[in-house]
Amino acid sequence: MLRIEQLTKTFGRNTAVDAATVAVDKPMMIGIIGRSGAGKSTLLRMLNRLTDHTSGRVSCEGREVTALRGAEKRAWQADCAMIFQQFNLVPRMDVVSNVLHGTLNRRSTLATLFNLFPAADIHRAIDILDRLGIAEHAPKRAEALSGGQQQRVAIARALMQDPKIILADEPIASLDPMNAQIVMDALRRIHEEDGRTVIANLHTLDTARRYCDRVIGMLHGRIVFDGTPEQLTTGVARDIYGADAGFSEAATSTAIEPVETAPERAVHGAKAIV
Amino acid sequence: MADTSGMSGGRVAAVRDDYMELTRRKRLYSGILLAVFVALMVSGFMVADARNAGGFWDGWTNVLDFPRVVVAEAAEKAGELPGHLIAFFPALIETINIAAVSTLFGVLGGALLSMLSTRGLARWPRLIPLFRRMMDVMRAIPEIVIALVLIFVLGGGPVPAMIAIAFHTVGALGKLFSEVNENASLKPVEGLASVGATWTQRMVLGVMPQVAPNYLSYALLRFEINIRASAILGFVGAGGIGYELKNAMSWGQGQYDESAAIFLLLFATIVTFDQVSSLARDRLTHGRKSEMLHQ
Repeated sequence: MLRIEQLTKTFGRNTAVDAATVAVDKPMMIGIIGRSGAGKSTLLRMLNRLTDHTSGRVSCEGREVTALRGAEKRAWQADCAMIFQQFNLVPRMDVVSNVLHGTLNRRSTLATLFNLFPAADIHRAIDILDRLGIAEHAPKRAEALSGGQQQRVAIARALMQDPKIILADEPIASLDPMNAQIVMDALRRIHEEDGRTVIANLHTLDTARRYCDRVIGMLHGRIVFDGTPEQLTTGVARDIYGADAGFSEAATSTAIEPVETAPERAVHGAKAIV
Repeated sequence: MADTSGMSGGRVAAVRDDYMELTRRKRLYSGILLAVFVALMVSGFMVADARNAGGFWDGWTNVLDFPRVVVAEAAEKAGELPGHLIAFFPALIETINIAAVSTLFGVLGGALLSMLSTRGLARWPRLIPLFRRMMDVMRAIPEIVIALVLIFVLGGGPVPAMIAIAFHTVGALGKLFSEVNENASLKPVEGLASVGATWTQRMVLGVMPQVAPNYLSYALLRFEINIRASAILGFVGAGGIGYELKNAMSWGQGQYDESAAIFLLLFATIVTFDQVSSLARDRLTHGRKSEMLHQ
């Protein structure tokens, strides 16, 4: 379905993504983990073509994504939705208009400039908002909503695109644990019910373990791990984060239920010392 | 699946109806507004045309007559053009100097007044309206009026022009700067306040780094405008290239090659400063960009 081959991005002398190769054969939920600066965001941005690649290629169902230009590129972006850490909504427009922006690629520029959208689309936007549990905020301005609600509006905008792939760049990094869980649950449900591929950059290991079918670890722009959550042991995680034995998942966990209790952590620590 | 279960069908229908109603009303208002706008534009144009002494439709074909004569004469006497350019160059330098000095004073005064009149930054929040009105007055009085008064008092020359343009620039830049200040983040200012910094320190160290690129681009735009303004003030006796242009144009046909040379000088100056200003702005923002790429 989606093939990434030797995808590389350099900024001046820095290599942000170094020969990334990933193949996705069936719809699944993929979590990308790694330190900040490991190239996770750049990888996602290259998939959406927000950032141009330096070398390598991306193809999806016969489409040579990295070679697309102009209208074809925008059509790909419509098929490959993106969710951002800071939501990237238009703050002064109402929630439904923000969701309707998901259809911009299909509509004529002139009609959208006057904010004219078909009634059917408006109904669908409200249905999607209802599915995400925020329909009652439909007429409010996006900036009036809390972070978790805004991120769900962003997900609704992505769903409005009816995409095959949803890319999520740190979707829960600016959210509190409760809202983070709601947003991750929503993304998981979208994957399970609609069969869309979800690729999410995550900064917490436990989130990746709990929600993803497959985890990719990046370090210094390279993919250093690609496997199931079960294969992601603490030792592997230490390698991905380039951390020493003092590294503990529980210390940074944002899960509401504890990942491991203090005695367990002591055992882990003991193991690390042994 | 917490909180994502959705509402009952009836509630969703209500939300839909409400939103559709809202949308319909918004569209109606926009349509009415557009119709009023078009009607005003058309009727306004017709009134203006009727009051015009000559009439727009008869006169507009003659608009290009003057440039055509100037270009024709300049082409005829192309050989003398370099000589004219050299002859008028000192006058151009005088004009640019007037513009530069007045822009410099305008930027300093404008920055100070803008800080004093921005909510959240002002030293004396109660006096914000006072400083605002001061800037309004400075903008409202045309440069040429101030220049004429000052020329009457101080005699002709570049100083009255400089003061007149600087006065106007303070008002104009103060307003633009204060809009820039409103978009500046107050967090660094709060940070500096927390270490016990004075108001001046907070403004210079906390606000200026954020607003400097925008200040610079407005200041450079204003510099371009001031070059043109100081050229115009030459017409009323403030010296510089405007004085020469007035003489060249009042001599009438046969001397238009001099006017052409002066127009060329002014055009080249504006182009040069446009290029310089975009270069400078790039430099200033580039530092930021390279930092941002290093994520």
